[in-house]
Amino acid sequence: MKLISGTALALFFSTTSVLAAGDGTCAKGKTLTEGTLTIATGNPAYYPWVMNDAPESGEGFEAAVAYAIADKMGFSQDKVTWVRTSFDEAIQPGAKNFDINMQQYSITPEREEMVDFSLPYYTSAMAVLTTQNVVDSGAEATLDGLKALKWGAVATTTAIPMLSDVIQPSDAPLLYNDNADVNAAIMAGQIDAALYDLPTALYLSAVVVENGALLGQFPPGQSESPDQFGILMEDGKLLKECVDAAISELTESGELAAIEAQWLSKATGVPVIE
Amino acid sequence: MSETPLRNNPVEHPASTPTRREVYEAGVRRRSNRIALISTVSVLLAIVVLVPLAPGWEAVQRAFFNGRVFAATFPGLLEAFFLNVMIFAWSAPLIAISGLAIALCRDTRAPALFPLRLFGIAYTDIFRGLPVVLVIYIVGFGIPGLGLPRPWNSPYIWGTLALVLVYSAYVAEVIRSGIDSIHQSQRSAAASLGLSDQDTMRFVVLPQAIRNVVPANMNLFIALQKDVALLSFIGPVEIFRQAGVYKSLYANFTPYVGAALIFLALTIPATRYADYLMNKQNRARS
Amino acid sequence: MAKLSLRRVRKRFGEHEVCKGIDLDVAEGEMVCLIGASGSGKSTLLRCMNLLEPIDDGVIWLDGTDISEPGLDPQPVRQQIGIVFQSYNLFPHMTAAENVMLAPRRVRRLSREELRPRVAKLFSRFGLGDRMEHYPDQLSGGQQQRVAIIRALAMEPQIMLFDEITSALDPELVGEVLDVLRDLRKQGMTMVLATHEMGFARELADKICFLDAGRILEQGPPDVLFASPREPRTKAFLSRVL
Ligand SMILES: Nc1ncnc2c1ncn2[C@@H]1O[C@H](COP(=O)(O)OP(=O)(O)OP(=O)(O)O)[C@@H](O)[C@H]1O
Ligand SMILES: [Mg+2]
Repeated sequence: MKLISGTALALFFSTTSVLAAGDGTCAKGKTLTEGTLTIATGNPAYYPWVMNDAPESGEGFEAAVAYAIADKMGFSQDKVTWVRTSFDEAIQPGAKNFDINMQQYSITPEREEMVDFSLPYYTSAMAVLTTQNVVDSGAEATLDGLKALKWGAVATTTAIPMLSDVIQPSDAPLLYNDNADVNAAIMAGQIDAALYDLPTALYLSAVVVENGALLGQFPPGQSESPDQFGILMEDGKLLKECVDAAISELTESGELAAIEAQWLSKATGVPVIE
Repeated sequence: MSETPLRNNPVEHPASTPTRREVYEAGVRRRSNRIALISTVSVLLAIVVLVPLAPGWEAVQRAFFNGRVFAATFPGLLEAFFLNVMIFAWSAPLIAISGLAIALCRDTRAPALFPLRLFGIAYTDIFRGLPVVLVIYIVGFGIPGLGLPRPWNSPYIWGTLALVLVYSAYVAEVIRSGIDSIHQSQRSAAASLGLSDQDTMRFVVLPQAIRNVVPANMNLFIALQKDVALLSFIGPVEIFRQAGVYKSLYANFTPYVGAALIFLALTIPATRYADYLMNKQNRARS
Repeated sequence: MAKLSLRRVRKRFGEHEVCKGIDLDVAEGEMVCLIGASGSGKSTLLRCMNLLEPIDDGVIWLDGTDISEPGLDPQPVRQQIGIVFQSYNLFPHMTAAENVMLAPRRVRRLSREELRPRVAKLFSRFGLGDRMEHYPDQLSGGQQQRVAIIRALAMEPQIMLFDEITSALDPELVGEVLDVLRDLRKQGMTMVLATHEMGFARELADKICFLDAGRILEQGPPDVLFASPREPRTKAFLSRVL
């Protein structure tokens, strides 16, 4: 008994102390290529998560967080390589071409059965993207008002359980492959509103969707299971400890908050849906 | 052929003893049945035993053949499949009608109707040359984007139109090949009786042509049943999309396997039936 | 005046001239037999007579009317000149009775009810009273050929053309079809036959025409032509087939 707890304690100390030192020994022997960290992002990667689809620049929220985490794990900027994957590639069984995968993956218990998620690096509000026309025709940011809308969403996002569990629209929602298709459906008047994480919704309404508007947001604090983004890793890989330690450190030091402040616009003025 | 020995039921014909030939054929049949059984069982055994020995099997099993995920998602998939069936049910008759109309356009001979013929040719060339998904995107998002009011901008309406546009081109070609397959002598016989061209087509050529191409069209409609899933690109949550949603919720591919099973449950019998019709027709021709 | 007259009728398929100026008169109630080697143009000539093939030159008169005028609607002519083909050409997806009734229904606008008794009478006259509801593939060759004859007769044509209607039949079935022709002959039907049945031609024909390479080389009553052909080619042909 004493022996076991002693070993556990020793193990605990060894990991934390190594990480705190930040000399990169935690990830030693655990990456695809020794000495480099391979990070996957989307294809393409979208604003504001990655600027100009160029994660190597470190610009954009996720790109910046990725380099910060890599740094904490002991990989300098030139020891980070980027690859692109789809969601399907990220979850398929077999050898992966990345060490960590970062593209606004929401952490859910169901997904955690299949893959490993890091601690959350961002907690997002869900927001309702719509057009000025819909707002002008009297759409209201109340649950009842939302139920009456014709809804759309990207099929691979956690917006769908939110739609079916919280909003429960009277018409079955229409689902799409990506943001561009949702946008096309809004343009064609086939849907009134779409559910997105707040940063994406802000970006789409400001830049992509003609006459776009945000009807309201569901702040993370209110929702029972807030939409939290985690870094995806192959299930059972030992890298999780290192990544988690790095994220904890960034959170505690306030670095993460600073990156967020730099890249994600403050969601001021978006009404809260009760 | 093979049923003759079965009909020689000893209870019905107590007096009849099998002939030398029948005894020999029964022996051959028993032997080939035994060989077929042994080889089938050994192939199955090899699959069942060897595949799980592969190093990645456990991960594959967890990602594709996950009982828990299957149980959780299968009812939802079945429900979504109902939408596929509905879309199919209203598309198929429209496709049959417009396919026939286009086939007839292509077959017009009167010079005044030349534009119609040109249209038929252009139509089949264009729509057989385009991927279905592309047409679904262009028609499903494009036409409603012109500013149609609800419910006239519904993806169901325009998605269906896209399917009808593409598939009626194929059906038209099949029907036209059926029309071409009717021997000139049938037209001659009808003409010699004083029947007009239209009556000849309607009463003599078309009924035979359509009967001839039923199996080929069956295959097209089986393909249609699968392509209904492409409507999911413009919004409708049919089985393929629903499986995708489950896949992303559970980070697991098992829902796709479930969807595949549902598709197969429908398409395998339909394919078998089409093959049966085709064989029957080939036998009748020879 | 002849019922049907052909003058200088020419027909070519591409470079190949199949009828090279045919002159022929068929009187009312007459039976004319066309004989000749395979490829001599018998079928083509028959098809020209009821306008299934447009002729390139010459004239065809039916009851003194020029029916070969280019641009003329062929349908009314075809209703008056029936044709029966070597290969029956029944419509396989219809019963025998439907085969027979289709043209009268569509062209003469008669209802099935009006047609039934007449058609039934025709069937039983040709020994097919119990075969009306059979499909062509349920009938023997001889029966099919008789249905084809009934189908042409149902339009009540004034002239019947027969194109080697027995050559696809087994010998024992030939008789039943020839009986039908005897019967029609007795009724006074005007007929033109392309045939290889020399015995039958000799027995019933009023006139035999020997076709050779697109020309009527020799014509005359059967006893004259068969007994003492003038042309050496006719002689050669007859010695081969008789
Ligand atoms: N539609 C057509 N196109 C081209 N050539 C044709 C056509 N119909 C017939 N011919 C040609 O015309 C010639 C005469 O053919 P036709 O069928 O009239 O001969 P036939 O005397 O009836 O021969 P058979 O005794 O074999 O029936 C043949 O050389 C044939 O190849
Ligand atoms: Mg012939």
